[in-house]
Amino acid sequence: MERRDFLKNAAFAAAGTLVVPAFMKPFEALALDELSLYKNLVVVQLSGGNDGLNTVIPFGNDIYYQMRKGIAIKPDEVIKLNDMQGLNPNLNCLKELYDQGWMTIINDVGYPNPDRSHFRSMDIWQTASDANQYLSTGWIGRYLDSNCETCKFPYTAIEVDDSLSLAMKGMSKKGIALKDPAALFRNTNEPFFRDMINRDKDHLDEDNLGYLYKTMIETSSSANYIQNTSRIYQPNYTYPNTAFSNQLKTVSRFICSGLKTRVYYVSLSGFDTHVNQLNQQGRLLQQYAEGMNAFVKDLHQNNKLEDTLVITFSEFGRRVAQNASNGTDHGTANNMFLFGGRLKKQGIYNGAPDLGNLDNGDLKYQVDFREVYGTILDKWLDVNNSQVLNKRFNTLGFI
Amino acid sequence: MDRKDNFTNIKHLYNRAGFGIAYPDLLQLSKRKISKAIKGLLTVSNQGTELTVITPDEFKQQQLILSGLNGKKELSPDEKQQREDITKARNEKSRELNLSWIQRMITTENPLLEKMTLFWHGHFACRSNNPFYAQQLNNIQRNNALGNFKTLLLEVSRSPAMLDYLNNQQNRKGHPNENFSRELMELFTLGRGNYTENDIKEAARSFTGWAYNKSGDFEFNQRAHDEKEKTFFGQTGTFDGEAIIDRILARPETATFICRKLYIFFVNDTPDENHVKELAGHFYEQKYDISALMNSLFSAEWFYSKTNTGNKIKSPVEFLVNLSREFYVTYSKPQILIQLQSSLGQYLFNPPNVAGWPGGKTWIDSSSLMLRLKIPSLVLNDGILDFDGKADPEDEAVIALNKKQKPRPVRSYINAKADWSKFLACFPKDMKQTELAAFLLEPPVDKKISDVIASNIKLKNTAIAVTSMPEYQLC
Repeated sequence: MERRDFLKNAAFAAAGTLVVPAFMKPFEALALDELSLYKNLVVVQLSGGNDGLNTVIPFGNDIYYQMRKGIAIKPDEVIKLNDMQGLNPNLNCLKELYDQGWMTIINDVGYPNPDRSHFRSMDIWQTASDANQYLSTGWIGRYLDSNCETCKFPYTAIEVDDSLSLAMKGMSKKGIALKDPAALFRNTNEPFFRDMINRDKDHLDEDNLGYLYKTMIETSSSANYIQNTSRIYQPNYTYPNTAFSNQLKTVSRFICSGLKTRVYYVSLSGFDTHVNQLNQQGRLLQQYAEGMNAFVKDLHQNNKLEDTLVITFSEFGRRVAQNASNGTDHGTANNMFLFGGRLKKQGIYNGAPDLGNLDNGDLKYQVDFREVYGTILDKWLDVNNSQVLNKRFNTLGFI
Repeated sequence: MDRKDNFTNIKHLYNRAGFGIAYPDLLQLSKRKISKAIKGLLTVSNQGTELTVITPDEFKQQQLILSGLNGKKELSPDEKQQREDITKARNEKSRELNLSWIQRMITTENPLLEKMTLFWHGHFACRSNNPFYAQQLNNIQRNNALGNFKTLLLEVSRSPAMLDYLNNQQNRKGHPNENFSRELMELFTLGRGNYTENDIKEAARSFTGWAYNKSGDFEFNQRAHDEKEKTFFGQTGTFDGEAIIDRILARPETATFICRKLYIFFVNDTPDENHVKELAGHFYEQKYDISALMNSLFSAEWFYSKTNTGNKIKSPVEFLVNLSREFYVTYSKPQILIQLQSSLGQYLFNPPNVAGWPGGKTWIDSSSLMLRLKIPSLVLNDGILDFDGKADPEDEAVIALNKKQKPRPVRSYINAKADWSKFLACFPKDMKQTELAAFLLEPPVDKKISDVIASNIKLKNTAIAVTSMPEYQLC
């Protein structure tokens, strides 16, 4: 539908006629049989550049111990996964998921000419650009822009936060950020706000003003839909009481209540560990693992794990050698975690990082992160990845 | 042009060339020719004083301590503390710099100068965690905002902030770093498609040795400079950086690129290529005189046409400054202005990357729009902002040390005070609600708006209602 028509219809709907666009009547639009086909992607962002080598520990490689005398995790503390790699003890909670076949680790994910600035590198991961290219849209945003049947509503991609990340912004469509569905619902149902969108008829053809009204109408409609749909579901799984777990709990509630959302985005920050890394990173990894454990088991209990794929990334890993302050500095390639009930390649996906073959003290990447995105777009979100990533990327075999 | 048109046009001019206009000034200026108003905007009083939150002495003092510490192998706890204190002091100064600029925009008597500085801030986008360098670059952009583009470009290219940000400090004979050279052509002057990869390589060699010293001054490092011949745009010579800049400016494509960007910023998101061509012709002929260019832009008839009025989405900073200026708002905890910038997507001195803020519709998504609609009633009624800012990636190290997940509080009191009596005193006693709405909004006041404000008795309520409307997001 052309935007102009869309807006006209929206205006009619508000005036109470029968011409009602689908998004204004979510319940009617929601055929139950569609629900079972719903595949959810949950993106977990670890901000600050998580040190992958102290997350998945290459305890079988002596170089690791030589280069990290102050911060290496001792072999007997490592939760061993094979002869070479194991988990940081603070990730104890992930072992259970790993053993169930619900977890995959991809080693050495990166991109050519890596950038070591948090900001720029996060930009690259969120937009899926080349290192020397500047994009103003994110990869999930461009997925929303693609002609996918279910992508037309803002709630197709929800970020559990107060503001929307670049990853979620497309050229013509954007996801929606909300930390608390009830609060957004209250805000969009304030009399003044209702008054503004209900009286909306005159300006809808004008470009930017029309866009503002369209955004208001969609926000209000999404807020209603999300609130009404998720209100019915009563969560019964107990999560740890951390901000990160609360985000995941909200996502689980949305997934279990059958929201027609395809992508969820959450983040955990504080990983920039230049000084005294062990405690800081350990604490954060524990929050991460406890949250993921609850989330995955909750979804499993509700028969939603089969429909869910979780990916975890950070903007870069740290340098292989520790620094003088028992911390690590900004590096390059890093591991990514995947969780879900339909992983084809469970456990460790590829070989451990080669610590003997470094690029100026940094890991060389084996997998381009856009191959991971490409795989998800092709095989999970059912859209040709070249349409979103601007060129075709190979797909991998993890799903 | 009749009186009513003049009223509308002056208001439009001041919205675009500045940050709005007070009612009495508008009445006054409407009586005269629009060219007078343009001339007034272009005439900068007090030559726009520089922003100074950190003095050169203070900076040199810090540098001295830091270079002493950097020379040592092992630092004592006291020395570590010293270094941490400097980092802390610098972060504090960076925030102060941000606030002193936004306050300047709110109170300035040279609105066009600050608006142009904002334009150049986005054009020559740069991040520096050194507040002295950031301040230097900002003042270069202000001092040359309405001057000559070549001088501006040269000074920006020689500023420590930019040399550092685009790695020219590492650009040395035999080991060229092309980052600066690439962005110079792609984003600062010619635009994509008007140069080759080889031009980038050769220009990078010409900029070798452009560096800065410990005192934060530009220094040409002769030993690092590649003196051999380079071939740039088909010409061969022993070019240095300035010679490259001259050759770039000799290309009319540069004038077109800058004019298109100015057009998008000041006139319309969708450029009319004929108008851009017309402007670029002037700009090139006038040897890149920015003031002359802005004069032709604001004097063009099309600048006041219906397609170009009331249709631009204010950037977050324009929105905040506009509102604060209009209602004479003072912030007793100005820090909130940083939180608002960051939540709305335009945190000054922190552009997303060297390409700057993309602008236009990208300012708006559901959460930023909801926040914008709420801000006027919060600021004007001193409300509570219930909003969590995202952690800035550059703050990550601080967050890691603080053992807190997010640095910002969940609930923030706005602590703002609007000067209502000053605002209301501007208007005639018999001012009608719709007249006030028409003054505050750029899009025409239609039935919807007049219905919403119809039940208001006081102008104050109307002002709050009107500034909370989507129409107020436009200028």
